[in-house]
Order: sequence, then C-alpha cells, then structure tokens
Amino acid sequence: MQGIFLIPITKSSLDVATFLGFTLAELFGVPCDIIEQDFSIAQHYNSERRQYHSTEILKRLLPLAEGNSRQILGIIDVDLYIPILTFVYGEAQLGKRCALISIFRLYQQFYGLPEDETLLLQRSEKEAVHELGHTLGLPHCQNFECVMHYSHSVEYIDIKRNVFCPDCSRMAGFRSRWR
Amino acid sequence: MEDAGASRVRILVVDDEFSVRDSLRAWFENEGYDVDVAAGGKEALVKLAQKEWDVFFLDLKMPDMSGLELQQKIKEIQPSGTIIIITAYASVDSAVEAMKSGAYDYLSKPFDADHLALLVRNAIERKKLLDETTKLKTTLKRVYSATEIIGESSGIRQVIENIEAVAEVDSTVLIRGESGTGKEIVARAIHANSRRRYAPIVTINCGALPESILESELFGHEKGAFTGAQYARKGKFEMADGGTIFLDEIGNISPKIQMEFLRVLEDKKFFRVGGSKEIRADFRTIAATNKDLEAAMASGEFRSDLFYRLNVFVIDLPPLRERRGDIPLLARHFLDVYRQQMNKPITGISQAAMNILTDYDWPGNVRELENAMERSVVICKEKDIQPAHLPFSNARLEEGGSSGSLEAIQMHHIKKVLEQTDWNISKASILLQVDRATLYNKIKKFNLQKQ
Ligand SMILES: [Zn+2]
Ligand SMILES: [Zn+2]
Repeated sequence: MQGIFLIPITKSSLDVATFLGFTLAELFGVPCDIIEQDFSIAQHYNSERRQYHSTEILKRLLPLAEGNSRQILGIIDVDLYIPILTFVYGEAQLGKRCALISIFRLYQQFYGLPEDETLLLQRSEKEAVHELGHTLGLPHCQNFECVMHYSHSVEYIDIKRNVFCPDCSRMAGFRSRWR
Repeated sequence: MEDAGASRVRILVVDDEFSVRDSLRAWFENEGYDVDVAAGGKEALVKLAQKEWDVFFLDLKMPDMSGLELQQKIKEIQPSGTIIIITAYASVDSAVEAMKSGAYDYLSKPFDADHLALLVRNAIERKKLLDETTKLKTTLKRVYSATEIIGESSGIRQVIENIEAVAEVDSTVLIRGESGTGKEIVARAIHANSRRRYAPIVTINCGALPESILESELFGHEKGAFTGAQYARKGKFEMADGGTIFLDEIGNISPKIQMEFLRVLEDKKFFRVGGSKEIRADFRTIAATNKDLEAAMASGEFRSDLFYRLNVFVIDLPPLRERRGDIPLLARHFLDVYRQQMNKPITGISQAAMNILTDYDWPGNVRELENAMERSVVICKEKDIQPAHLPFSNARLEEGGSSGSLEAIQMHHIKKVLEQTDWNISKASILLQVDRATLYNKIKKFNLQKQ
C-alpha cells in the first residue's frame, strides 16, 4: 500500500475521518490524508428502503483513484444497503483500491445506549481496516478476533481487534501487530 | 488461508436477477466458499452435470423453469445437496410450499447478513463437512496458542498446572487476584485450551457499567425495547454461545444482576430485554474478582448461592511482588514483544534498570510492568533500556511548575507528549497510558493542533 486518501462524504463523518487520518497512517505505516470533496449522494437514495445504495456510491469514488496509487476510503454517516442485504457497514473492491464505510450503525445511540465517542471511533477504525484489508485482496477470516472477520452486526465488531491476525498479516505482507 | 480444492464448500446460486447473483457471489467468495451462479434453470442443470454442489440457493420465479421444478431435478441428480429458496417478501407462501417438498429453508429478500451466515453454517453442519471444520480448527489452534503466561516461580507454575487441569473439563472457574495480575490472560488461556476454542470468548467488565446498561449488554435487547433502541442487539451471553463468557469484576454487581446471573448460569436460558422469545446459549463461565467475596457475602452484599455457583474451581493469581524472581523474565519478554512491534534495535535491559525493576513493588502488577516496558521501548534511543527510560524515575517531568485546574495540567501534559512523539497518536497513547481513541477525543476536546 502506497498511502490512503480519506474522503468524508458527509459532513459529520469529517470527525471520524480526522481520527482515521492519524490512526490508519500509523497502523499501515503510510501517508494518510483527507480530501474534502463536494459530493452529492441524493441520487443514490432509495426512498422505499430509506437507505443509500452502497455499490453506486463506491463507484463514485473510482475516479479519485486515477492518477495516484493510494487506496481511497470513503466515509459516510448514512445507512447503506446492497439489494440483497438489509444493510451493510461498508463495501470494498476486492484487490482494487476503493472502499467505503458507513458509521451510521456504529453509534451507540441507535441501540438506545448512551453516546460513546471512543467506542464509535474504535468501531470505525476496525471497519476501515477491514475494508482496506479487502482492497489488499484479503478475504474474510475465520478468527473471531481478527479484523478481517465478517461482522454481521455491531456486537461482532466489538469482539474483534483492530489488527490483522498473523495469517492475514502474512497474506497482506505486513508485520503482525497481533498479541 | 484456503487451500483450494476438495475441502471447500460449493455453493450454486440460481437467480434470474443479475444483482442478486452478483452480490451473493461476492458475499460467498468473501466468506471463503467456492461459488458459481446460473441465470436460470437450464444453465443450472448444465452446472449440475459438471460438478457436485453442497448448497443451492434457488429463486422461486424464473422465466425458463420454476424453482420448484428445478428443486425436483436437483433432488434426483444430487440428493445430498441442501436447497435454500430465495423469495420476495410477497411469495413466502410458495416458499413454505417448497419446504414441504424438501427445501431446507427459505430466505426472503433482502436478507439479514447474520441470518444468511447462520443458514449457510447450519446447511454445512448438516452435511457434516468434516474436513472444512478441521481446516478451521487448525487455523485457530495456531492463533490461540500464542497466549502466554510467563514465570518460573512456584506460584505461577501452580497457576499453569491449574489451567491445564481445568481447561478440558467444562466447569466454572473463579479467578482471584489483585488488579493487573493477568486474570483475563488466564481466562483466555483456559478458553484456548478447551474444546470451546473454536467459538469466541466474550468478555464483560461487570464493574464498569450502570445496572440498566449492564442488563442490555448481558442479555441484549429487542428493537424498541426502550427509547432510542432502533435496532436489536445481541447480549454477551448470546454472543458466547458455544464459547466462553468471562465475567470480570464479578464482585461489583448489584443484587438484581446477581439474581439474574444466578438464573442464567443455572438454566442457560434467558430473554432479551423487551423480548418474548426464550434464548438458549451454551457457554462456559469464567468469573474474576479482586474483591474479598467471603467478606462481601458475610456483609450481605454478595449472594451466597451465587458465590457457591462460581466457586467451583478457584485459581489464585499471586501479586508480582510475591514472585519477584519472575520480574527479569517478564521484563525481557515484554521488551522483546515491543521492540519487535516497534522495530527498534534495542538489545537488552541495563543492570541498573533491571535492579530498579526487581526492587519496585508493582502495585499494578504484571500489567504495570508491561506498560512500563512498552513505554521504555518508545522512549529508548540507546542500545539498552536505562533507568531514565522507566516511568518512576522521571515521572513528574516538568509538570510541577504549571499551576491551574486538573484539566489545564492534563492538556499541557498531552500537548507535551504529542510534541515529544511528533504527533504519533499510537506512541503518545502508550506514554500517556490511554487508548488511542480516548486520546484523540482529548485532543479534540482541548482543541490541540499540530504546529
Ligand atoms: Zn468484509
Ligand atoms: Zn485473520
């Protein structure tokens, strides 16, 4: 990985993006910068489902990957879906450079629990690392605590760590931070 | 991770809608399955002739052949395959019809990922694809055996013997010891050496949460169970199904939760908050405490029936000051871990520094020692760790001069550490001993900016 560009697609995701700007740079050991883009996603809204189409928004990110060799990570605070699933936390191009995460369902408030900014950031970081892992060609991992484990729901995100397990590290060619 | 070939589960998706085929294919590929798609019944029959499939996903309505018809053909050609019907919400009736004629289950669009994963898992288990699970087991064994308990003192040898003795049997374990002695590490080691190691160990710190939240954390809640609960949530007991629940700081729970614990530990059955469906979970219980439970029991703060339910097999963790002989071993171990992690050419610990380490009383026990070593690796620019790199020798820095509120002192300190580490949040969080996300929130709160 050469570097990361973070694209906060909606206003309130800027804050999470700022945190990820620090933390992803350190985790992956590459430059990580925020690019603020004027991005309208209104056309990707499905009024019946009251969600936004993840794959369509991901496609909008593709032009940003042209003319550079960094990974592109969009961050959004609306609920995302793909046609067959009730919702998704994010989506990535397997082995290519674009990925998207939604922080919508990562807020404690949606579960009726008190706001927890630290937990929100930790969950966002795991989902960001997860989707970036896909862009590096990593599939899902069976290890419950590996960041590449597939999270069907937020409880699974909380069980996993923010790093690749030794197997996934090896596959992605990173020094393992697993302990 | 996957060695392609015989052991992989084969899934065939038959649907005339491209987006359904495409997204299911991507989803299953990501999960490590061998997947192919067919746009209709005829194409499916061709693929059926080429290979054997384990699981079929069939759309009920297709232009060239009905799902039911295709289901019949599959039953004739590959009777051992598991059939799952895909249906639009409106046609659930016909899905039920399909199940009567032998389909395993149905899914109505859009699917819940959690449900989809469960369905596939059940279908596979039903087929008893043993080699697949063997593969999973070898992967996990390697990962979990990394858990380490280090020491040569008789106290720690006893602990290791106890772990080995109790891991295989499924009994409840109570781990006692001061904070920082490594109670969670012991719990993880027991789990990792038990037959439950292929399912997760789920940790909950019972002392850290107010009662109402703890209840939802433990048992989960249904959508709308209370104000703001837009989505349902699984509780820790449910998450621990098949695995282990680790109840940390068990001595700090309210009488109401004690009562509920007792019931769950006995029956392994419970309801989500606001739920009416009884949930069963098969988990092993490991509890831990740094409290004197006997005293708490005598004063009526802790239920005796709960105590006896937990007090089945007890592991006592000695404080570090009672096993000073292990300090050099532990210190070198943590040095090794962190110099590798941070890629630093540090070769050892100077004698002077080691003397300080072995003389110190370590009220925070092994965790404090680990933090001290991690911190020293961050600071150290020499060949080996010197006394100056240890936290207690230069703890107060120049803070003494700054007067003002606690907040102001904190802000000043954070700013200083950030400058020291060139705004590397990871390193700064090690020096400050806080989580990176917490540190970031402080930076935001104090509006600190990199110059
Ligand atoms: Zn994924
Ligand atoms: Zn992994």
